[in-house]
Amino acid sequence: MSGAAIVWEHRDVLFAGFYNTILLFGIAAVASLALGVLLTMALMARSRSVAGLAFAYVDAMRCVPFLLFAYLLYFGLPSLGIRMGNWTSGLIALILYNIAYMAELLRAAWGSLAKDSIEAGHAFGFQGLGLVRRIILPPVFFAAAPSIGNQAIQILKDSAFLTIIAVSELTHAAMAIQTTYFVPFASFVAAIALYWLTCMVIELGVAFVGRVAQARR
Amino acid sequence: MTWYDVYSIGQGALFTIAISLASILLGVPLGLGFAVVRWARVPVFNEILIAYVSVVRASPVVTLALLVFFALPEVGLSLGPVAAGILTLTLSTVAFNTEIWRGVMLAFPKDQLESAAAFGMRRFERFRRIVFPQILHQALPALVSEMTLQVKSSPAVAVLGIVDITRAATRVGARTYDPLPPVIVALVLYSAIVFVFVRTQRTIERRRAAGLAAAS
Repeated sequence: MSGAAIVWEHRDVLFAGFYNTILLFGIAAVASLALGVLLTMALMARSRSVAGLAFAYVDAMRCVPFLLFAYLLYFGLPSLGIRMGNWTSGLIALILYNIAYMAELLRAAWGSLAKDSIEAGHAFGFQGLGLVRRIILPPVFFAAAPSIGNQAIQILKDSAFLTIIAVSELTHAAMAIQTTYFVPFASFVAAIALYWLTCMVIELGVAFVGRVAQARR
Repeated sequence: MTWYDVYSIGQGALFTIAISLASILLGVPLGLGFAVVRWARVPVFNEILIAYVSVVRASPVVTLALLVFFALPEVGLSLGPVAAGILTLTLSTVAFNTEIWRGVMLAFPKDQLESAAAFGMRRFERFRRIVFPQILHQALPALVSEMTLQVKSSPAVAVLGIVDITRAATRVGARTYDPLPPVIVALVLYSAIVFVFVRTQRTIERRRAAGLAAAS
């Protein structure tokens, strides 16, 4: 029997892994973007100490490989008395790690935002959070959409590292099929095809946001 | 954690540096070659490369490593873990490097090409003497940031049993039941490697700026 037929026969294993990957990816993408906005505000804060702390966090995350960070949480948190499953600790690692990258790319978009719209916002009486929410964030999001899409793809790819701490995601499922039936080519190609499909969906989403941004201009 | 443990993580660093450098040295010129193929729109190869870049850009390095290591023996090519690791990292970085090189080629001013042609330069000479020296410097920042990403995705080859920084650090952590110190050593090593790349880029850019200032 050919490898592809064996993989098809055990597609439920693969799809269960895929479901987990999508779940991890979906939660991590939304959470890291939302919390990334907060971190961006901290990066842009006038207070030296707040901005300094935020920059230290972002720079530290940008120096660590994701796997090392995931290991740190997986092995390090229990010694602090926090116990959780590998799924949860993997998810938390994905979120905490990617917040820094999301914040950094939002900061870049924020930095290149035209100053006149902010000044006009001031003139209309917008201040503080209202100014950020109504005047600054919408154009920042549209400008950063392509980079946010790229980072989303990165989150999807980072989630595959979690197979090493035994999270049952897509790569883990492909590996399980391969070790039982010795069909490496078909199982890993199937996994890569599913990753690729997800990326295509992400890119369609980014293109859609781009069209909305065009229409709003 | 003893000094011997620090030494063993340092040994892992040699592996991380070696496989990252090998894949960079293979991947940067290969990416340039692929970009030229796409720039010249060589039929068939152009379409193959579009598909290759799209798929590899979407593939996690871990999955790619498993595919290379376990599936290549099926077609009669069995590689050891180190060779498979280098091949994996190269396959992945080539896809990104192709896009970087292609990006700077697309932005290359047409008038320079036309005037070079007017001076009677052939295509190859034109590329070697006019296009390449300029796009090299334009591509440098993006290439270097791809290199640092490459170093950060290199722990993926741990699935093949290669003992790199990450693997060595977790081994020490598992033995001493104290994961924090080895992870901090690992963090310092990764930061040092990334720092060397970024610093080299800055030095090259400064020299180039100084050279341009002296020439004008």
